[in-house]
Amino acid sequence: MTALAEGGVRHFALIGTPNSGKTALFNALTGSRQKVANYPGVTVERKTGAMRTPSGLSVNLIDLPGTYSLRARSPDEEVTRDVVLGRLASENAPDVLVCVADATNLRLALRLVIELKHIGRPLLLVLNMIDIARRRGMEIDLDKLSAELGVPVITAAAVRRGGTDDLMRRLDELAASILSHKGELDWRAPTTAELRAAQREADRLIKVAVRMPEKPDTLTTRLDAVLLHPVIGLVVLLAILFVMFQAVFSWAQPIMDLISSGFDALGQAVHDVLPAGLLQSFLQDGVINGVGSVIVFLPQILILFLFILLLEDLGYMARAAFLMDRIMGGAGLHGRAFIPLLSSFACAIPGIMATRVIDNPRDRLTTILVAPLMTCSARIPVYTLIISAFIPNTRLWGFVSLQGSVMFGLYAAGIASALGVSFLAKFFFWRDNPTPPFMLELPDYKLPRPRSVLIGLYTRAKMFLQRAGTTIFSMMVLIWFLASFPRPPVGATGPAIEYSLAAILGHVLAPLLAPVGFAWQIAVALIPGMAAREVAVAALGTVYSIEGGKEAAQQIGQALAHQWPLATALSLLVWYIFAPQCASTLAVIKRETGSWRWMVITFAYMLTLAYLASLITYNVAVALGAG
Amino acid sequence: MSESSLSTTSRLGLARKGFRGRIDAIAAADHASDLPSGELERRLVELGFTEGASVEVLHEGMIGRDPIAVRVNASTVALRRREAMAILVI
Repeated sequence: MTALAEGGVRHFALIGTPNSGKTALFNALTGSRQKVANYPGVTVERKTGAMRTPSGLSVNLIDLPGTYSLRARSPDEEVTRDVVLGRLASENAPDVLVCVADATNLRLALRLVIELKHIGRPLLLVLNMIDIARRRGMEIDLDKLSAELGVPVITAAAVRRGGTDDLMRRLDELAASILSHKGELDWRAPTTAELRAAQREADRLIKVAVRMPEKPDTLTTRLDAVLLHPVIGLVVLLAILFVMFQAVFSWAQPIMDLISSGFDALGQAVHDVLPAGLLQSFLQDGVINGVGSVIVFLPQILILFLFILLLEDLGYMARAAFLMDRIMGGAGLHGRAFIPLLSSFACAIPGIMATRVIDNPRDRLTTILVAPLMTCSARIPVYTLIISAFIPNTRLWGFVSLQGSVMFGLYAAGIASALGVSFLAKFFFWRDNPTPPFMLELPDYKLPRPRSVLIGLYTRAKMFLQRAGTTIFSMMVLIWFLASFPRPPVGATGPAIEYSLAAILGHVLAPLLAPVGFAWQIAVALIPGMAAREVAVAALGTVYSIEGGKEAAQQIGQALAHQWPLATALSLLVWYIFAPQCASTLAVIKRETGSWRWMVITFAYMLTLAYLASLITYNVAVALGAG
Repeated sequence: MSESSLSTTSRLGLARKGFRGRIDAIAAADHASDLPSGELERRLVELGFTEGASVEVLHEGMIGRDPIAVRVNASTVALRRREAMAILVI
């Protein structure tokens, strides 16, 4: 008896071309019962979800990276191939391949199905987005398609309620009937002639089984006339980015204020309940203050990811890559690098992982090198803190504020330096390197599905909070420890922190950072800030609140405004554009490139840029009277 | 290739916005892309550029009218002109 016959877990895999709505279908089938992790040894995202069929069988569904072929031209396509073929030791070979196709765009998907048929695993073709196809007047003869293709065909509309019921029933039947099909399969990459023959066969199938509408859909064409216009399209793209940053900066404010006052109240309650001493200080200044100053930025991160997820689901990301291709290409970047780089605005870590969409190793390396220069959301806390403390909140024009414009300027500086560095990398590292081709399918525009976007947001929020809860929390305890021990000697006159380990460390680094205008407190905050950039805010708060008492802790910004000249604030802003202030990013670079070399190069070039830029900023600002 | 077909075939990489035609052949061996010609040909085929498919140039980029967005039968593909030079169209 096999485990299956005893009612064990079945393993089904979702496979499909990019833009087939595979992820929406995955979300519809598994809901929030998802696990996002990495495949061992590589950083391709592994998404699995638990599913229970109507008759109560357990199915483990795996969402494989999108691919046009099993030929595998990039690391994530290699994962897809190896899982399908049962070559990954860590992964259960799928019992059934569920091939997802966009019903409105069958041509390339059918070619993939024909290729998959040859490997001999049970196969099911799902025509997703069937509702859109029908609305457009497409007629698909399912019986004929299934008979001619030799594969069962079923329809689904992942975005509709009940749109996956038929599919669920079919998966149930499959789960009940399948036998074990384990073991590695015999497979070789198809030749050009075989690819052509498969495409001819796919075209024949479409001819016999699909009737196209007399009038094709024109919405995408009409939208693209504007959005892909050489000039208007770029203006729209810039406008979208600008609105995104204004939104991140101002929409989140009310919720942030709420969270911030909530944590203040909690800290105060702890302060009132506990007797004065080490435990009170630990809970209020170390734990509550520290975690609170990080969680308060969750609203901004969610808004940013909301934009990214919406643009992805709308089908706009591919357009953005099209518009940016030559501009990025001029700087030595691949048009596809736009997607990882835009993701790096949220966090360089998923951004660096997303560079796997670029199949040329050198293009990937360039993108990885410059991804940390894109302004990640972890810098937002630092920028927000300093901008709101030092830049007056005046309106320049309409809804455009001076603070928002400074923020935009910081983002622009990050982008400009990324383009500059990649241009230099192209010049120094791979002068003889050929440019890889830019080839990308532009999917039809589709309305994003709120539930799918929410599941995406939930996953991101969870990831951020786990980071805040583990790495950042332990760093906050460490900084509190550094700032509190050793305790001041009996009869000491100065503030307690002046006797601590942090002060010793800060004073060692201070002479090095004095030329850029940083006080020793900043030097102290930069050290735990290596855990994650946003930690620096909490660290500054800890350093200054312990030194200045409760009043300063309530408003870190106000305290800084009293402690620092404007020149120091500007210098620190500029420092954060460039500085490699994130150990996790460096670790991911090491893992992605498989060598210490690129990690060291990234760290060194960013630190050099940061020091030079801050040095110039500080001295210019002092010369202009802001010192 | 006969005289008459030579006079009418052109390269997709030279086509301007609004061009409509049909793919005559993929000639990846004599193009300027940096991919090995066999690999370029396989990638083009995987994106649906096969003999007989209808093509229409829908959009051009801002700099040097590059890249181009091409309607291939019922789907749209963006690519650079240098790779599109491998696609012979009638």
